Amino acid sequence: MIIKTKKQISENDITDSAIFHKRRQLIKSSLVGSIAALGLFPATSSQAITRWSNVAKAKVGSSALTVTEEKIVKNYTNYYEFSYEKTQSTDLAQALTIDPWSISIKGEVEKPGQLHLEDIIKQFPMQEYIYRFRCVEAWSMVVPWIGFPLAELVKSIKPLSSAKFVKFTTAYLPEVMPNQKDTSMLEWPYVEGLRLDEAMHPLTLLAVGCYGDTLPKQNGAPLRLVVPWKYGFKSIKAIVEIEFLSRAPLTTWNKAAPHDYGFYANVNPSVPHPRWSQSSERVLGSSFFSPRRETELFNGYGDDVASLYQDMDLRHFF
Amino acid sequence: MFTHLLTLRNTVITLCLLPLFSILLDIFTDNLGSNAIQALHIRLGDWSLRFLWLTLTVTPIQIITNWRGMADYRQLIGLFAFFYASTHLLVYLLLDQAFQWHNIGLDILESSYIWFGIFAYLILFLLAISSPKQAKKILGKSWKKLHRWIYYAAVAVIIHYYSQLKGNLTEPFVYSVILGLLLLFRLGAWYKNKQLGRLMIPRGKK
Repeated sequence: MIIKTKKQISENDITDSAIFHKRRQLIKSSLVGSIAALGLFPATSSQAITRWSNVAKAKVGSSALTVTEEKIVKNYTNYYEFSYEKTQSTDLAQALTIDPWSISIKGEVEKPGQLHLEDIIKQFPMQEYIYRFRCVEAWSMVVPWIGFPLAELVKSIKPLSSAKFVKFTTAYLPEVMPNQKDTSMLEWPYVEGLRLDEAMHPLTLLAVGCYGDTLPKQNGAPLRLVVPWKYGFKSIKAIVEIEFLSRAPLTTWNKAAPHDYGFYANVNPSVPHPRWSQSSERVLGSSFFSPRRETELFNGYGDDVASLYQDMDLRHFF
Repeated sequence: MFTHLLTLRNTVITLCLLPLFSILLDIFTDNLGSNAIQALHIRLGDWSLRFLWLTLTVTPIQIITNWRGMADYRQLIGLFAFFYASTHLLVYLLLDQAFQWHNIGLDILESSYIWFGIFAYLILFLLAISSPKQAKKILGKSWKKLHRWIYYAAVAVIIHYYSQLKGNLTEPFVYSVILGLLLLFRLGAWYKNKQLGRLMIPRGKK
């Protein structure tokens, strides 16, 4: 439960930019509506206020979860390319140009080449997926993503039988992403990876939006991965390249600190980080004095994904 | 009318309480950000660290300036370091963990960064309860020995800070450089005293 305390101007009080940009249209449609009310024209259906506000709810994920307040999600992002401070990256990420955007498909596939984001959006039907999001820093939130299963894209580009892993790469734009000039902590561009069966899992998404609208830049626009049973750092942002490989790619955090961050990075309360416990998490937006949530194996998606790791020692493959 | 309250001591106390007021203001105006409990926890921890470092700055300043007027305030600032450390701990137990003792136990067991925090807090606790003049009298010579443990507390605090972070280590690095300088100053002073001491001792004729 989210208990709101006294606020200054909340996000809800500010006119949504999408509504603002459609003000003429809204005036027109309200005029049409009034005329229709006079019985001169048949009423038109109500206009969509945001880009994705009318998408269908997906069957996977859970609508029973309490969605985290939008303002919290949009002002708390680990986007180290821009800033090591979660709130700063919200401002700095606005410099990113996301239109036009294309994704290069490489490696062990029948159909390598460039895909344009607008074509992807037209090709795959978008749905809303309400997922838990658990960060390796032991906080969590619930986000209503707009996207489509990565499996659909993978099927359309036909991986060869030699493809066993998928590697994802974030944009490399040091002029826009200032911390990409600093390689002392992490190497750039950011790279993440999945086993092909993980990539094909129906819970694994490519997201283009959240909260019924286009993805905010700080949250990984225009296209990001969402793997709800893994720690958040697996869900790579601003993807420009998807490569199919026969061997596991070396991923950014795993390369930087192999003892701290594994390739799998499945949410697992019984495998602590070497320096902190993963047994519980702070649910963002929860009120003071409310206890932490006890972290679940595979972030609560065990029924769907445990079979992927049946014969594996999860302490070894963390 | 209230001029008698405008003493230097009261001014210093008020200044030391300003961080607390600013944090309280942010609580009541809901200005702690997306992860409010963590923000509260971190800010109190930061202030405890800053007051501890400030406590360690008193002696070097006294030696450099030859001004002994700060001695009383060292105790006061040190007590504020303990005060902010206590609120930091209280926020962890009460707000973050909501007194769920099972979770707290598990968290402490599995989080090595917390061990250093506890170690530092226990030292600060001992220093705080032994800070009154009477305690100093009772403890005699061992009081000074006990209070030298502040150095161990400071080192534990910096490890506590470093080891809970994922990547960006700029802030704890800055604090460890300052701590390094403060400790180095003492090492220098100790060495100088030793040299002086050697000069004072008349060399025995054999």
